[in-house]
Amino acid sequence: MPQLLSVLSKFKDEYLNTTPKKLKIIDAYLLYILLTGIIQFIYCCLVGTFPFNSFLSGFISCVSSFILAVCLRLQINTQNKDDFKGISPERAFADFIFAHVILHLVIMNFIG
Amino acid sequence: MWENIIDNPTGWKKLIIFVILLLAWIAGFSSRLFAVIRFESIIHEFDPWFNYRATAYMVEHGFYKFLNWFDERAWYPLGRIVGGTVYPGLMITSGSIHYILHSLNIPIHIRDICVFLAPVFSGFTSIATYFLTKELWSEGAGLFAACFIAIVPGYISRSVAGSYDNEGIAIFALQFTYYLWVKSVSTGSVLWSTLTALSYFYMVSAWGGYVFITNLIPLHVFVLLLMGRYSHRLFVSYTVFYILGLVMSMQIPFVGFQPIRTSEHMAALGVFALMIIVAALKYISSKITKAEFTFLFKLGMVVAATTVFLIVVILTYSGVVAPWSGRFYSLWDTTYAKIHIPIIASVSEHQPTTWFSFFFDLHMLVSMFPVGLWYCLKDLTDTRVFVVLYVISAVYFAGVMVRLMLTLTPVVCVLSGIAFSLIFDCHMKEEDTICKEIDAEIEKKKTVEKVKSSRKSRSSDIQRNDANIDSLGVNFKCIVIVSAVLILMLFAAHCTWVTSNAYSSPSIVLASHSSDGSRQILDDFREAYFWLSRNTDSNARIMSWWDYGYQIAGMANRTTLVDNNTWNNSHIALVGKAMASTESEAYNIMTSLDVDYVLIIFGGVIGYSGDDINKFLWMVRIAEGEHPKDIREGDYFTERGEFRVDSEGSPVLLNCLMYKLSYYNFGELKLDFRSPPGYDRTRNAVIGNKNFQLTYLEEAYTTEHWLVRIYRVKKPEEFNRPRVPVSNRKISIPHTFVSKKTANKKKGLIRDKPVKRKVQTMNS
Repeated sequence: MPQLLSVLSKFKDEYLNTTPKKLKIIDAYLLYILLTGIIQFIYCCLVGTFPFNSFLSGFISCVSSFILAVCLRLQINTQNKDDFKGISPERAFADFIFAHVILHLVIMNFIG
Repeated sequence: MWENIIDNPTGWKKLIIFVILLLAWIAGFSSRLFAVIRFESIIHEFDPWFNYRATAYMVEHGFYKFLNWFDERAWYPLGRIVGGTVYPGLMITSGSIHYILHSLNIPIHIRDICVFLAPVFSGFTSIATYFLTKELWSEGAGLFAACFIAIVPGYISRSVAGSYDNEGIAIFALQFTYYLWVKSVSTGSVLWSTLTALSYFYMVSAWGGYVFITNLIPLHVFVLLLMGRYSHRLFVSYTVFYILGLVMSMQIPFVGFQPIRTSEHMAALGVFALMIIVAALKYISSKITKAEFTFLFKLGMVVAATTVFLIVVILTYSGVVAPWSGRFYSLWDTTYAKIHIPIIASVSEHQPTTWFSFFFDLHMLVSMFPVGLWYCLKDLTDTRVFVVLYVISAVYFAGVMVRLMLTLTPVVCVLSGIAFSLIFDCHMKEEDTICKEIDAEIEKKKTVEKVKSSRKSRSSDIQRNDANIDSLGVNFKCIVIVSAVLILMLFAAHCTWVTSNAYSSPSIVLASHSSDGSRQILDDFREAYFWLSRNTDSNARIMSWWDYGYQIAGMANRTTLVDNNTWNNSHIALVGKAMASTESEAYNIMTSLDVDYVLIIFGGVIGYSGDDINKFLWMVRIAEGEHPKDIREGDYFTERGEFRVDSEGSPVLLNCLMYKLSYYNFGELKLDFRSPPGYDRTRNAVIGNKNFQLTYLEEAYTTEHWLVRIYRVKKPEEFNRPRVPVSNRKISIPHTFVSKKTANKKKGLIRDKPVKRKVQTMNS
């Protein structure tokens, strides 16, 4: 247990020191979506999933927003430049918007 | 001209590619038109009739009415919720084409759109195949693959003009999805993977075979992970594809919540979770030292593995996640369907594939594709792993079911395209003058030139091969090229022959050749359906075996009991039971189902082998599955276990309804001078039960070649006494007036006077 704590604290220091500010903003956004998803999940456990499509669309839209934000974060991270040749940060952001437009059109249709 | 190509390669290259793809499209389109030219622009077979009827309904009533369509004319008395039980992609596609053309003031009938939809989409398929192969290997290989898929019989079998079925557009959707997937894996862009999800959505809306995609792509990702080929590109492409594809696939009413509830889709979910875990671990490991990471990794793995395992087990047992469906089991255990689900086994296209049909459908591609596969394995990249997995799984499935030959065909074309491209690449360097003469008369000429002009070498392996080949003599190269071209020509000839002979029959209009070689058209099916539509009450209920349900609904527009949808096994078993029992027992079933007419197909006069007597054992088997007490398959065989209709056949068979309806009045029919009366040409036997009468049914109509026979079910008051025609019915009422004062009555008589009877005494 103490080993775990020491690892975690080291991880935290490492994170705070090396991560650029842009990525920290995205991380805050990710945390927010994660909390939203958890709240929805707890709500459905307590109240039930009755309009199942509404629950699903809410939850899946959380998951997919999270995934898309993670992808955006990966693509604009300068450390991953070799992986994503030909994808500039602007292009990554445009893709992100495009995927969100498609996603939310579907979610609106599904939420009922 | 040749120098020009070398001077300005890119412009010419594009032009040649465009021309070849256009030619492939035209060749593919026109080779699918045999049926239209020989017969007419007509919908083929069975399922297309339903698709056509549904499309016509949608065009007439609008999309929302179609989604809510409750069809009370099928599955009487149950009905069928059509909107929720179809893949609407096909209808929407042709409906929107119809809409666009009509808004451009081109008044084309919806039937013509339906007939020509599959040939047009085959052109799209060959373009998608070109892009897929280009992404995997090179443009030259792509052109070969596009030409192959345009004419290969394995794909033509499902996409001739008039074969208006889901597969016609689904293969395009399949290839296009795979192309976009490969593209998104190699670029790692969110855009491409969103497009993959959109194309996947179209595939889900078009065909139940989308399950192949939902399992193949996760398998690809999983294998890449095992090979240690994880990259952020892979993470982006898979997670975005999965989550968008998941929510999109649930928009199709027929699919509904299946993607999160059934086991077929669970693999994709599992790989998605795995992907996220792997990405998280990678991220953490980049921030801390290795020793610390291994500690965290072990801890996390144990926790994650146990929770995932427990969740899956609990969900499966509590019934939230449905176990594998029957059709899926039959893919793994080939005898499963035969034992448990006779209705699936009874369909001929669900039988295991024979070696013969591999060659018949793919010709030389079946021997060429391992070459392409070997080269892919030799020079492995992320995307080539995909095509390797694709071909391995498709070969397996094609071996299990004839029908799944369709999923094998595209990948075989891709790999053979690669193989041929390599052969020509290696043997045509620096041989301009020779090859020009050779290709002059060959259709594939442009492809060949193209391959030559694309001088981009792919790998060191090939270059090494090239070096070896360069030392070979000119004659040797020449021989190789000539034989390859010969094989290609044989392939083209074979494809045309197969298409023209095997796959271009509409099966509702039959053609036969008489002894002098002239062609006769047997149009009995449409004759019978037309008779039904003109001579029966519009609410009449027709009982037939399920194969003909869609056709009766589509052409005669009458209510049917069972049809090709086969969603309710017990209802089909009831019809099978009626056909397999004696006339009086069948009458009870038929009155309980309100049957007005019975329609059967009888091929004994013209020797048509696909008739109801030959399908009869499946009716018995399906009926036995639901009513094991009343129907036993063994009763219909002779003691030696033979199924025969002559006098040695089993008495149960000779007296069942199907037998009687097929052979009613057939015993007196003498077909030609050599054969005895009642000679069945399909089964080559004289029938065993002649000269019987029907009590509960009467013959209503028999078509010209006796192919379709329709019987009317009598009402209860009709069969207890002999029926007298209306014109002969006379009720005798005495018209002469009789005076009561006749000589007899003058005395005055007492009514009901006791009559003296002679008492017989028993005198001995």
